[in-house]
Amino acid sequence: MTTPQTSDAALRRRRLSTAGFHAGAGALSLLWLLPIVLVLVTSLRSFDDIAAHGLGSWPRSFTLGNFRQAWVDGGQQRALVNSLLVTVPCVVVTLALAAMAAFGLSRYEMPFRRTLLLLMLGGNLLPPQILLIPVSKLSEILGVYDTLPALIGVQIGFGVGFYVFVLHGFMRSIPVEIQQAAVVDGAGPWQIFWRIILPLTRPALAALSALSFTWIFNDLLWAITVLRTDTRMPITAALIGLQGQYVSMWNVIAAGSVIAAAPTVAVFLRFQRHFVAGLNLGAVK
Amino acid sequence: MAVLTTDARRTTPVPTPPRGRRAGGPRRTPPLVLAFVLVPLLAEAVWVFWPALQGFYLALTSWDGVSAPRFVGLANFREMAHDDVFRTAAVDTVLWLVLFGGLSALLGLATALLLQQERRGVGFYRAALFLPVVFSLVATALVWQAIYQPDGVLNQLLQSVGLGSLRHAWLADQDTALYAVIVPALWRQIGYVMVLYLAGLKGIDPALYEAAKVDGAGRWQAFRHVTLPQLRSVNAVVLSVIVIDSLRSFDVVWSLTRGGPYHSSELLSTYMYSTAFQSLRLGYGSALAVVIFVLAFGVIASYLVRAFREAD
Repeated sequence: MTTPQTSDAALRRRRLSTAGFHAGAGALSLLWLLPIVLVLVTSLRSFDDIAAHGLGSWPRSFTLGNFRQAWVDGGQQRALVNSLLVTVPCVVVTLALAAMAAFGLSRYEMPFRRTLLLLMLGGNLLPPQILLIPVSKLSEILGVYDTLPALIGVQIGFGVGFYVFVLHGFMRSIPVEIQQAAVVDGAGPWQIFWRIILPLTRPALAALSALSFTWIFNDLLWAITVLRTDTRMPITAALIGLQGQYVSMWNVIAAGSVIAAAPTVAVFLRFQRHFVAGLNLGAVK
Repeated sequence: MAVLTTDARRTTPVPTPPRGRRAGGPRRTPPLVLAFVLVPLLAEAVWVFWPALQGFYLALTSWDGVSAPRFVGLANFREMAHDDVFRTAAVDTVLWLVLFGGLSALLGLATALLLQQERRGVGFYRAALFLPVVFSLVATALVWQAIYQPDGVLNQLLQSVGLGSLRHAWLADQDTALYAVIVPALWRQIGYVMVLYLAGLKGIDPALYEAAKVDGAGRWQAFRHVTLPQLRSVNAVVLSVIVIDSLRSFDVVWSLTRGGPYHSSELLSTYMYSTAFQSLRLGYGSALAVVIFVLAFGVIASYLVRAFREAD
């Protein structure tokens, strides 16, 4: 078809563009990963090393003591437990509630269903700032101020609308016939929900779980609004505390940051596919 | 994955027989299903709707959080007109919106275009750019604080390439604090926007590019006349994400500068928080929250109109 000469040139051109692509994309990735590498390296250096040579110097020491210090003396262990005690129930309950509501709104001819759906979504889109003061007062009135249940409550209430919206869109695309067949077989709403719709919604639920885990785990604003006592704070707030406690001891602060980031990074690496799918599901956010 | 996006859902429509469902579906909603909807709604009403209404009321009061709130009408909003810090925070919020929002959209699109082709190794590059998205903004902020320190990496880098005169206390200088805070926020946001655009690019029918090629379109023309118009719905999504995220931005500023020095990196959200919970001026803080709400409302409203159309 082509003479050997032109095909040679085309091949060379293709190789050159591939090399160019990898050079560009590689440099970009390196730039992106550099801060992460920096914090990892810093977390393994000793204070004396950093004090003597500066943060940007080549590491001359290696220690795991910083992690010990952040974990035990800095209270990161307790903070991580607090974070998980809030995040796990929040993810489970929010998604359970959202799946229920989405099921009702998408599979039944309910009056005002569209209005309800958008009302719930609208609640999630409100800027949280308008809620901060009333929510902190409300948790005082309910007697849960400065306790983890207050944080769990507000996270669920604020998050649920968005998940309802996404799951509604997903459940709506499940064919009606499947449900009709179940009705003919005598299945009640609970059985339809539990045995048919929920299993079919699993991909969306997996995606939203991965996503909501990171959102709730990483939250700072709600935590410092309804909590006051240091020992009850989740890891994000504790990290800021650590920064005050170990002023310019970058080795400990870096170790604390690594501890705070580890769970979400683990979730991301384990569920990367779901995670990205979730962002696209949630593209609407 | 792409099938799940709102965007792709439009290009490959799911067959929905609305009439058929109406006829075949149950006439009356079973009580259990009603409860399914009402319980979550109640949770949201308690923690969101009711507090929101109170928030609007509190904006019209003067309140220290201890004694009873005193109704003062629009006095809080009149005070804002003479509040220099409010003006700074408002300007900074707009700057944040334009710089953080604009750059994350542009760079997100650029990286998506670069990394859209399925080549060997592209998964690694995507993951690298995406990884920061899962970090908390607090951890992100602390990492960058180490970079910005007077003896930090940035200054050492400048020194080593002979630009030592540019060395700077980046976060402590009123002129640079806000911009120094935007960089980590961007570092974290670009990967997110990239993912949205990647899904959008994947949804474009390759036949359109074939046709453009046949018509003699170059790369730029194909981008201008095929890619951009096809990305319109993703653009709308990205725009809403950006505006809402910008107005909500709090964590990164709070953990880096707390709005300082001298309010030079103050956003409306940080000013609202410190006014309410540190100065304990809860009424004025609520009024600031109302301003944030009004700014966000335009976006939310237009967004809800879109969602409304999509919902049925």
